Formats: sequence, C-alpha cells, structure tokens
Amino acid sequence: MQKLSSTLPNMVLSLTIISIVMAIALGFVYEKTKDPIAKGQQAKITSSIAEVLPTFDNDPTKEMTQIEGEDLVIYKATKGGQWVGSAVKTYSPKGFAGKIVLMVGFLPDGTINNISVVDQKETPGLGTKMTEPKFKNQFNQKNPNSYKITVKKDGGDVDAITASTISSRAFCDAVNRAYEAFKKGGAQ
Amino acid sequence: MSLFKEFTKGFVKENPLFVLVLGTCPSLAITTSASNAIGMGAAVIFVLTMSNIFISLLKKFIPDKVRIPAFIVIIATFVTIVDLVMHAFTPDLYSSLGVFIPLIVVNCIILGRAEAFAQKNTVLSSTLDGLGMGIGYTLAIFAIASIREILGNGSFFNMKFVSPEASTILIFIMPPGAFLTFGYLMVVINKLKAKFN
Repeated sequence: MQKLSSTLPNMVLSLTIISIVMAIALGFVYEKTKDPIAKGQQAKITSSIAEVLPTFDNDPTKEMTQIEGEDLVIYKATKGGQWVGSAVKTYSPKGFAGKIVLMVGFLPDGTINNISVVDQKETPGLGTKMTEPKFKNQFNQKNPNSYKITVKKDGGDVDAITASTISSRAFCDAVNRAYEAFKKGGAQ
Repeated sequence: MSLFKEFTKGFVKENPLFVLVLGTCPSLAITTSASNAIGMGAAVIFVLTMSNIFISLLKKFIPDKVRIPAFIVIIATFVTIVDLVMHAFTPDLYSSLGVFIPLIVVNCIILGRAEAFAQKNTVLSSTLDGLGMGIGYTLAIFAIASIREILGNGSFFNMKFVSPEASTILIFIMPPGAFLTFGYLMVVINKLKAKFN
C-alpha cells in the first residue's frame, strides 16, 4: 500500500479516525478505573480518621460537615451514641511544594488526639519528616487553647523540623485551620 | 542492523538519557528514590513500546503533514491510560510521581523514537526499539535515583539503613544533587563508550 498523500480529505479522515479510536480506548479505561480510584481515596480517608480518633462505632464519613467544600471537612465520631471526638480534614496552601492535607483528630474538649498526614509533596528527607512521629506526635494531647501552634521561631510552642521551617509552618497553619473549623462547626 | 542490536542499542550505545540526552527534566525531578525511578521507568517502557507499535502500524495511514498531531494523540492516549491505571492501583506511587506522569506526553524520548524510528521501520523492530530504549531509560534513572537516595537519604527502596538521627548528604536529594549525579554518571558512560568503541 502506498503511503496516504497529504491532501485535505486524507488528513481530516486520518486524524478523525485516530482521535475517535483513541477516545473510545480512553473511555473504556476510564470506566474500568473509576471505581478503584474512588474507593482508594475513600479508604485513605477512612483509615486516617480511624488513626486520629479514639475507638468509635459509627461511620464518621456519613456524619460529615463541609466547612469549605471538599477541603475542610469535619467527621463526627460517636461510640454508643456518645460523642467521642471529631476528625477534621484540613489543608494548608503554604507548603514548600504545594498543598498539604492533614487529618487532625480532636477530643470533645478540643484536645488534639492525633494527626495523620493525608497528602504532602514536601522535599524528601527534609519536609517529609512531618510524617514521622518525632515531629507530629508533639501535638498529641495538647489543647490549642493553651498550646500555641506556631513554630518556636515565630514565638509559638512547636519544635520545627531542622532545615524545614516552611514545611513546619505550613503544618501548623493546617492544624490551626482545623482547630478554627472544629470550634465553629464541630464542638456541639 | 540485526534485531538483537535494535533491542540492546538503548542500553548503553544510544542510551536515551546519557547519550541522546533526551527527557532530562522529569528524570532529574523524580529520581529522589529508587522506587520512584522504577515506577517512572515502567510507565515510560509501556508508553514507548505501545506508541512505537501503533505508529509503525499506522505509518502508511498517517499523511506526512499531520504526522505530529497524530503521534501526539496516540502518545497522549497511552500516557492517560498509564495515569489512570497508576491512580487506581498504585496510589502511593501515583502521588509521589505527581505531575511527571502526565508530562510523559511531552517527553522528547517518546516523540523522538516515533519520528526517528517507528515511522520508518517495521512493527517488530519498532517494538524492540521501544522496549530497549525504555529499559535503557529505566536503567539510567534507576542509577541516578539509587545514588541520590543512598547518599542523600541513607535509604534504598525506602528502607533506612542509617539511624534516624544520622545526618546524610542532603544536597543529593535536592535539585543540585540531581545535576551533580547526572553529570558524573555521564562522564562514566562516555568513558565506557570510548573504551568499547
């Protein structure tokens, strides 16, 4: 077969057919992967809620309050009908390499129970230390009422990660945002 | 050239990264851990092989003047497939590779092989070319990533072998370390090439 010459109808025909075939292929893959993607994201949320709160027996993802759309969400956890705490999915745009997403667990009196990092793109080896217990566990059992969540350099109580002040500040920013949301919408 | 040579030329002699120096931007950016390099390498091997196969199959059907848009449509489709599949089944890898998966579309290696090789050769040799070039690229970024992760983070495949308090050579994890490693490895490869030729 001779190679198609570059006439207008040939070019239109060839590009159209290629595009249609590729679009069909993509649609097929999209349909196949849609559910696993949604499930994966849901599982990540559920597991981080369980990580940051004391034991509960309801489904917090069903009792959620959106404060700022998808970004700032409060999940309420109860045990035998008794409120045991709320997990707040929070974010900070101030990370060293983009948005940081955290899940912060508060006890009913506002004390931080635990924090889990849902998503971050910080510098490996530096900012990523925020996921390690040494940094994030210093917030546990602290009440933001009396414990000032800013790094020591800015006059607060938090030990920043060595050489990652920006990441540490972003982390504090996200925790503060969570606390504000908790006070506004979570502390019933 | 024999088929075996089509396959192996990408390893050292025409290594896409160290010899052709194509697609360096993502290679420098994602080589912070060995597992990233393997993930990226697998994605590139898949896209390169599939796009080479399709382009060599369709070479008679694509008029010369619209070949670049046609190639881009084909390449972009495979990249999006990889992107969706990674997002669905390896979410951790997906989040650590970030924007560099979609950016494979504009990676010069893929379009370069389509232009320089697949559109002039048979399906079989294009497949081997794609596989070989992809493996060569993977080996190259794996070498860079291993050096950077071991020196910069004290770990290999995310397994730490130094104590958490030990200080490592942090510059190797940062962008300058990528350039340093890349430069020195290129020297070594050029030396090796000169010796064997």
